[in-house]
Amino acid sequence: MDIFLQLIVSGFLVGGIYALIALGFVLIYKATNIINFATGEFMMIGAYIFYSLSVYLKLSPFIGIPLVIVAAALLGALVERLILRHMLGQPNISIIMVTIGLSSILLGIAEIIWGSSFRSFPALFPRKAIIIGEIVLRSNLFYGFVTAMVVVVVFLLVFKYAKVGVAMRATANDQIAAFSMGINVKSMFTISWAFGAIAASLGGIIIGNIGGVQPTLGHIGLKIFPIVILGGLDSIMGAVIGGLLVGILENLAGGYLDPYFHGGVKDLAPFVVLIIILLIKPYGLFGTKEIERL
Amino acid sequence: MSILSIEDVSLSFGGLEVLSDVSFSVEPGEIFAIIGPNGAGKTSILNVISGFYRPTKGSVAFNNKNMDRLSADKRAALGLGRTFQNIALYHGMSVLDNIKLGAHSLLNTGLFSALFYWGAAHKEEIRLRKEIEEEVIDFLEIESIRKKPVGSLAYGLQKRVELARALAMRPKILLMDEPVAGMNAEETEDMARFILDIKEEHNTTIVLIEHDMKMIMDISDRVLVLNFGHTLACGTPLEVQKHPRVIEAYLGQKKG
Ligand SMILES: Nc1ncnc2c1ncn2[C@@H]1O[C@H](COP(=O)(O)OP(=O)(O)OP(=O)(O)O)[C@@H](O)[C@H]1O
Ligand SMILES: [Mg+2]
Repeated sequence: MDIFLQLIVSGFLVGGIYALIALGFVLIYKATNIINFATGEFMMIGAYIFYSLSVYLKLSPFIGIPLVIVAAALLGALVERLILRHMLGQPNISIIMVTIGLSSILLGIAEIIWGSSFRSFPALFPRKAIIIGEIVLRSNLFYGFVTAMVVVVVFLLVFKYAKVGVAMRATANDQIAAFSMGINVKSMFTISWAFGAIAASLGGIIIGNIGGVQPTLGHIGLKIFPIVILGGLDSIMGAVIGGLLVGILENLAGGYLDPYFHGGVKDLAPFVVLIIILLIKPYGLFGTKEIERL
Repeated sequence: MSILSIEDVSLSFGGLEVLSDVSFSVEPGEIFAIIGPNGAGKTSILNVISGFYRPTKGSVAFNNKNMDRLSADKRAALGLGRTFQNIALYHGMSVLDNIKLGAHSLLNTGLFSALFYWGAAHKEEIRLRKEIEEEVIDFLEIESIRKKPVGSLAYGLQKRVELARALAMRPKILLMDEPVAGMNAEETEDMARFILDIKEEHNTTIVLIEHDMKMIMDISDRVLVLNFGHTLACGTPLEVQKHPRVIEAYLGQKKG
């Protein structure tokens, strides 16, 4: 029983962090209908920038994190302006290939700048483990979860109440109507790429703080992908619930099944669930199935 | 002085000429109707005016200012309101939220102004928008459905909500694509009354496409007749009705 609870709670915490990275996909998809396969690499770059700022420049996290946010926003916006803007109207598959290409480029750039060796992060949070009854939680995981949830809530609020969020929702729902409401749809695209990159890079800092950083950190993006599909691609709440679900599932599978299968079940479990859920609900748990016509 | 002038506009899609040298101008405060058989190019000309289609030739001017280089959102911000043939509402959102979006657009949504929304003018803006929202809801008599999701409403009501959203932008020109299509007689009459009221109370110029001849003849000041992308006639409803080429085109269409 203790083990079960322990696995559930720590899975929940991991899931919350996944949810933030999943937001990286969702924020971009919502406005632009593009699945950014470089989300994992945005995350990795964010982690490296933070690493460099705190290790080489010795900046405190209170300066480092805002700087990473700015850098991520710039990276996202630049990618949109310089590359994806020119892909408007191209077939989806070409756009997907472009984002996959982008992920390789970012990976290469990271290897050139930071090398391929593993680096551990300086401590961000208090080291003392959190103990709730019988459950022991690593402090990095616990505080990382809390931070991730705060960021997710901020994004939720922005989407619900801030003008830019409302305009982005309008763009996501119907670009033609958005245009005729005077919404600058193209700058919404730019902003959504900036937002997506911010979410991913903050997720990267949290993940890097738990397990260190290396150029292949971005491969976690592949694991996040089922979450996003599960949640329905365009739903923030979907990303959160999908993230938590996958986090718990993965942990349970890892805890109970991996010993029998020489490992590997942990990484497989999310995809198995994904396939089952998509068979039942093809638009994900919370996705919209509406198809817009001009 | 015309509020809107279309000069020699031609438009083709991959070799298919959809509009050929269409010219007309709309006077401030008038109801200007565009009619013509299916596929005549009516929606296309509206899309050229709103900036969704780039004409292959010709130009569009608003208040004597050339708009050819302006994107659709810039034109909307200048005061071109629009409703669509197949309703373009946010179906999951409530009636009020849809209208709010219209009022929203009174504000600039450039990259930076959108990010830095929480400025000093914020409160004043909210008050102003609220006023407009209430006025529009009142005007179109949709008080009772304001909280309902648009997707759950009858078609006729959805059209009314779409109009409300466009009005919340306080447009100088309202472009309406088939506002009464699919409506019953009573709904059509309501819509005609609203259109006349909009013109009278706000002095808004209205350009509308319609197939309902009775309504066109009743409410419009002038009518443009399109056929296969060409102008057949332009004039008062009476003039147009008597025009031999119009009669021929419409009778010809009936035979076919
Ligand atoms: N985006 C487009 N791409 C290709 N062809 C188009 C496009 N938009 C319109 N057309 C073509 O242009 C012609 C005119 O279409 P348009 O929608 O303007 O007609 P309409 O007068 O509004 O007709 P209706 O009364 O049926 O609404 C049609 O032949 C249509 O197929
Ligand atoms: Mg049409």
